[in-house]
Amino acid sequence: MNKIRLIFLREYFTRVRKKSFLVMTFLGPVLFAGLALAPGLVMMMTEDDRKAEILVIDQYPEIFTTLLPSGSDITFVNTTAKLDSAKRNFDEEKYFGILYIPADIVKNPGGATLFSDEKSTLAVSSKIESLLKNQIENDKLKAEGIDPATITNAETEVSLRTLSLKGEENPVELATAVGFIGGILIYLFILMYGVQVMRGVIEEKTNRIVEVIISSVKPFELMMGKILGVAMVGLTQFLLWVMLTAAIASIAAPMLEAQVLHPEMPNEKLLTDRIGIEKNTLNELGAVPATETNGIGRIFNQVNQINFTLILSCFLIYFLGGYLLYSALFAAIGAAVDNETETQQFMLPVTIPLIISFIAAQSIVQQPDSSLGFWLSIIPFTSPVVMMVRIAFGVPAWELALSISLLIGGFLGVTWLAAKIYRTGILMYGKKATYRELFHWLFYKP
Amino acid sequence: MLEIKQVTKQYGNHVALNKVSFVIPKGSVFGLLGPNGAGKTSLLRIINQITGPDSGEVLLNGEHLNPAHTRRIGYLPEERGLYKKMEVGEQALYLAQLKGLSRSEAISRLKSWFERLEMKSWWNKKIDELSKGMQQKVQFIVTVVHEPDLLVLDEPFTGFDPVNAELIKDELLRLRNQGTTILLSTHRMESVEELCSHIVMINRAHKILEGPVKEIRSAFRKNLYRIDYRGSGIVIPESQSDRFLITEDRFESDHRMALVKLDNGADANSLIQCLIPQVELLAFHEVLPGINEIFIQSVTGKPTDHE
Repeated sequence: MNKIRLIFLREYFTRVRKKSFLVMTFLGPVLFAGLALAPGLVMMMTEDDRKAEILVIDQYPEIFTTLLPSGSDITFVNTTAKLDSAKRNFDEEKYFGILYIPADIVKNPGGATLFSDEKSTLAVSSKIESLLKNQIENDKLKAEGIDPATITNAETEVSLRTLSLKGEENPVELATAVGFIGGILIYLFILMYGVQVMRGVIEEKTNRIVEVIISSVKPFELMMGKILGVAMVGLTQFLLWVMLTAAIASIAAPMLEAQVLHPEMPNEKLLTDRIGIEKNTLNELGAVPATETNGIGRIFNQVNQINFTLILSCFLIYFLGGYLLYSALFAAIGAAVDNETETQQFMLPVTIPLIISFIAAQSIVQQPDSSLGFWLSIIPFTSPVVMMVRIAFGVPAWELALSISLLIGGFLGVTWLAAKIYRTGILMYGKKATYRELFHWLFYKP
Repeated sequence: MLEIKQVTKQYGNHVALNKVSFVIPKGSVFGLLGPNGAGKTSLLRIINQITGPDSGEVLLNGEHLNPAHTRRIGYLPEERGLYKKMEVGEQALYLAQLKGLSRSEAISRLKSWFERLEMKSWWNKKIDELSKGMQQKVQFIVTVVHEPDLLVLDEPFTGFDPVNAELIKDELLRLRNQGTTILLSTHRMESVEELCSHIVMINRAHKILEGPVKEIRSAFRKNLYRIDYRGSGIVIPESQSDRFLITEDRFESDHRMALVKLDNGADANSLIQCLIPQVELLAFHEVLPGINEIFIQSVTGKPTDHE
C-alpha cells in the first residue's frame, strides 16, 4: 500500500505542477463564466452599437414618411430628393446609407432597397426589414378596418406548470439542464483523464523506465497508483473549476444580470440561485428570451425541488466509477502499444460505449424513464453518463443501488482483466499487438 | 546466495527456459552468458519477480523468493530509462523510496553517491538535459543505492564511454569487496574475463555450461603452448611430428613466437627438451581458450581454430 501511495503522489504532483494543468485550471472557469454570461454580454454589446442614420426616400407617401418609427439605434431622416441625386450628394460621414421605398411597397414587399457602402449591414438591414414588416402589416390591418391594438391585446404567452400529484413543482427544465450538463461533464472527464492514464503508460514504456519500476513494485500497484493519481488530478481540477467559476460568476453575474436581464430581481436572490441561472441560460440560450421573467422565476422555484446533495454525490460516484472502469482499459491500451499512433485500433471499441451513451443522452433527457434510459443507466459502460442525465428527474433508489453496485463490480472485473494485459504488455517492446495476442495475454501466468 | 532450481518458463508455445538450475555463490561476480533469445532476460525477470516461473523455484539465501526480497535485489535491466521530464534528484529519491528506503535515508545515501561520482550539480537538472552517459550514471546509482545483497545487471556497460565504463567497473569491484553478489549478463566477453569469477551459459532455453571461470577455461584447454624465443625457427624432428604440431611460427618485433599443439599424450616438458637444443627460450606458457572462444564453440558446437 505504501508503494501505491508513493506512485500516487508522484503521478499527482508531476501532473499538478505542469504548466498545462495551471493553464487549464484558470482558463476553464473563464470559459465557463464566458459561456454563462454570454447572453448578458451580447446584449450589452448590442446596446453599445453606434447609431446608424439612414436617409429615406419614400415613394409611398401616405404613411411611411410620417410613421416609420426610429428604432433605438437607427434614425431615419426623410428626404424628398430623387434617388439619383441623393446618391450623388451622399454624405458618407453622416449617413449609414439610403433606404429606397417604392410606391408599391404594400403589394410588392420585396421592392425596398438599402444602398450602403458600409461593411456590416446585416444587423441594420434585418432591423429595417422587421420595421417595414410591422408597418406594412399595420397598414394592411387598417385598410381592412382592424385596429392593430386589438391584435396586440390578443397575443398571449402560455407557459405550462407541471406539478407532481403531491402538488410539488416538477423541475423539468432545470432537471434537463442539470442532467445534461452532469452527463456531458462525466463524458468529458472520463475521456480526458482516461487518455491521460494511457499517455502516462505509453510514456513509461517508451522511456523504458517501466522495467526498473516493476522490479520494485507489482505491475498492478503501478497501474493503480497511476490511475488513482490521475483521478485525484481530475477531482482537483474539477473542484478548482467549481470554486473559480463560482468566484468569477459571483462577481460578474449579479452586475450583468441585474442590469441587463431582469432589473427587478434583487441581487441576493440572484446570488443564491446563481448556479441554476447559469445552467438555464446555458441550455436555453436563444430558445427562451432572457427577459421572460415568468420562466426564470419558475426556474428559481425548481432549484429548491432538486436534490443537489444527491446529484453532487452521484456525480462523484459516477465520475470515479466510470473513470476507474475506463481508465483501466486505457491503461491496458497504453501497455499494448509502443506509441500513441498505434492506439487508434484499440481506442475505438473502448470509446464506442461512451459515445453511444452521449448520443443516447440527448433522447433520454426527453424521456428519462424510457426503457432505453433504464438499461443504459444500469449497464456499467454507459451508466456513468446516462444515469447522470436521469438523476435530476428522480430515479428509484433500487435502480440507483443496482446501477452503482454493477458499476463497482464492472470496474473491479475490468481492472482485473486490464491488469493482466497491462503486466504483459508493458514488457513487450517493438511488437505490434493484435487482438488475438491481447486475448492470449489474459491467460499468461504472471 | 541465489539458487535456481529446475526453472521452466513458457510463453504460449515458446519455451524460454527449460529446467535451468545453477547456484550463485555469495560474493561472486557471476556471468550469465548466452546468445540473443537464449532466455537470459526471462531468467533475470524471474529473479526480480517481474514474472514467475511456470515450474521450479528460486531461493535467495535459502528462502523462497517473496515480495520482501525486492528490496535486497538491485536490477539494472537492458531496456532501461528514466522519466525524461523529471528532475534527477527527485527521480532518484522516488526510485530509492520505491525500493523501501525512507526519504531521509534515501537523501543521505544519494548525496554521498552523487558526491563520490562528482554529480552533485546535476541534482536539480531534468534527465533530458543530461547526456546519455550521464543518464546511465544516474541509472546505475538508483540501482545500487538501496545497498542490495544481490545486484542483477543486464548489459551494464552499454552507453558508457571507456572512462566511465572503467569507473563503473571499479564501483562494481568495490561493491563486490563489500560482500555484494553480482549477476552480470553481457555480450562483452572482455568484461566477463575481467570481472567474473563464475559463469553460466544458456542456449535455447537450456543451461549448457556452468562453473568457475578458471575451471571452465582449463576444461576447454587444447594443449596449445606459446613459445617466445630467439633463433631462426623451430624444426620438429620427424620422429616427434605426431606429438608436436606447429600451428604458427613468426616474428614478433624483436624475437620470434610459435604456437605448438601437443598431441598423443605428449607433455610440455618433452616439448621443452626438444626445443632447448635448437633455440634460446624466452617464455613458455600454455594458451587457454578465452571465454569468447568457449562461448562460440559451445553455442555453435564447433571448435574455433584461432585464438
